[in-house]
Amino acid sequence: MPQTHSSSHGYEDETPEPAPAPAKVESTDALDSLLDEIDDSLQVNAEQFVRSFVQKGGQ
Amino acid sequence: MRIVGIETEYGIVDPANPQANPILMSSRLVEACRQWAGDNTARWDYGGEDPLQDQRGSRRERSQAHPDMLTDESEFDRGAGKVTLRRRRGSWEDPAHLNAVLANGARFYVDHAHPEYSGPEVSSARDAVLWDRAGDAITLEAASQYRESEGLDIALYKNNVDGKGASYGTHENFLVRRDVNFDDLIRRLTPHLVTRQVMTGAGRVGLGQRGEHEGFQISQRADYMEAEVGLETTLRRPIINTRDEPHADRAQWRRLHVIIGDANCFEMPVLLKVGTTSLVLAAVEAQDERLDALELADAVPAVQTVSHDVSLRVTIPLATGENATALEIQRALLGICRDYATDAGDHLVLVHWERVLDALERDPMSASKDVEWVAKLALLGRLRERHATVHPDGTAEPLAWTDARLAALDVQWSRLGDGWAHKLTQAGQVTRLTDDAEVAEAMKRAPRDTRAAARARLIAARPDIVDAAGWASVVLDRDTEHGELEVIHLDDPHRASHPLIDALASQRA
Repeated sequence: MPQTHSSSHGYEDETPEPAPAPAKVESTDALDSLLDEIDDSLQVNAEQFVRSFVQKGGQ
Repeated sequence: MRIVGIETEYGIVDPANPQANPILMSSRLVEACRQWAGDNTARWDYGGEDPLQDQRGSRRERSQAHPDMLTDESEFDRGAGKVTLRRRRGSWEDPAHLNAVLANGARFYVDHAHPEYSGPEVSSARDAVLWDRAGDAITLEAASQYRESEGLDIALYKNNVDGKGASYGTHENFLVRRDVNFDDLIRRLTPHLVTRQVMTGAGRVGLGQRGEHEGFQISQRADYMEAEVGLETTLRRPIINTRDEPHADRAQWRRLHVIIGDANCFEMPVLLKVGTTSLVLAAVEAQDERLDALELADAVPAVQTVSHDVSLRVTIPLATGENATALEIQRALLGICRDYATDAGDHLVLVHWERVLDALERDPMSASKDVEWVAKLALLGRLRERHATVHPDGTAEPLAWTDARLAALDVQWSRLGDGWAHKLTQAGQVTRLTDDAEVAEAMKRAPRDTRAAARARLIAARPDIVDAAGWASVVLDRDTEHGELEVIHLDDPHRASHPLIDALASQRA
């Protein structure tokens, strides 16, 4: 079954239009769900976590 | 092909007990690493690491000077690496300084109050990335074994600061020709070490050694660089470290110990910090005078100037009286280094070096898949927007840099196994140069083209006869007529085999 090409300029032999938008959306979604996780994790104990992260000096 | 290696000191915490003794924890972690490794591990050979004797010069002098060493020159082919005898002195190990030399050629041990993974010698930046990743994976396996054996929790961080003044290092080591004048090396390499952080920085919340000023900066280590040159690594840390233990023929080689770099959770910065520095060193070895135009007027403050400028537009003064941005200096170095690419590995570095500089010049934030500080800043920025205060006039004020959530995100970014950098990578937002199967293999196998292969071959095949191993030695303990330990000298880091090791490895235990 032939593909219907809905390009407005109608060049049939043109490669399908690149879709830059989805990559950006996908990346935003990935960041959003990571940010949700970060929010959940930091809501309770951020201050205490930072205070208790103490290391000895090294090289 | 230049021999390089990366050492990483990990941050270490017992989440349930922040007061827990880090030296004890690190030591138990090394023990857990040994359990993970099963039989295929060796103790560290301290016999080859006496700093007093290092001052004397070559290994041959050292072995003659050592009262416990009896040379036996006729038994083996000296041209392929000497074998000497060493008197037995018991086998006591300091429990606070345990070591595990592993079947991938690496050393896992306690350094100061941190567990450290010193990767095997590799011959390309790409291999440096792979065995660095393997180190993280081994450390995670050790942590898992630790939880089981000790019944305690443990968390490990691949970062360099605690935000309260302490810093611990991630060091690169480069084999450099001894005939290079060291003052020329300092002068010509320093501009690169000061400016490469725009590509290799891991990002840090807080300015100043204790984070006393609010904000975000490019590098973890920048605020701890206090001298241009020096021997120290724990105080008054220098941009160029002068420690001179080549672990190779001293007449031919130096080991340049670079302590300015950040620990990286992304792979691209590891490729670039090792790969670009190796190429600049090739230009230094060739006495390329084009490097002189890039000499900085005052390197130490320039480290901080560059680190504190996320716009990448601030200039630093050059010795010529002109000014240049870090990106301009990097662009000039890239141009010079094109002449020194000798193999496919070098060309891979050049391709990424140019690509990342292009992105940073266009818009720093466009480099977020490759450049760790950019990705961290982007995530922090999103969190700051999420929790912005909206004023009655409609303007939004992002979360202040002093908010503990931002500092927590920064630290948790680097936690091995479940840190935010790891999760970002899993979400496909970070460029990978390796794959998980390769990393799993590199946990058990050494690089094939350096002496790490020889060291590891025996630890993998005949751990029963290995008493200890070091960078330049493997000590054998087996039934012999002379009854002494045998030290196999691996002085040439380029040699991946040794006739005695190869013969023994092919025998069954």
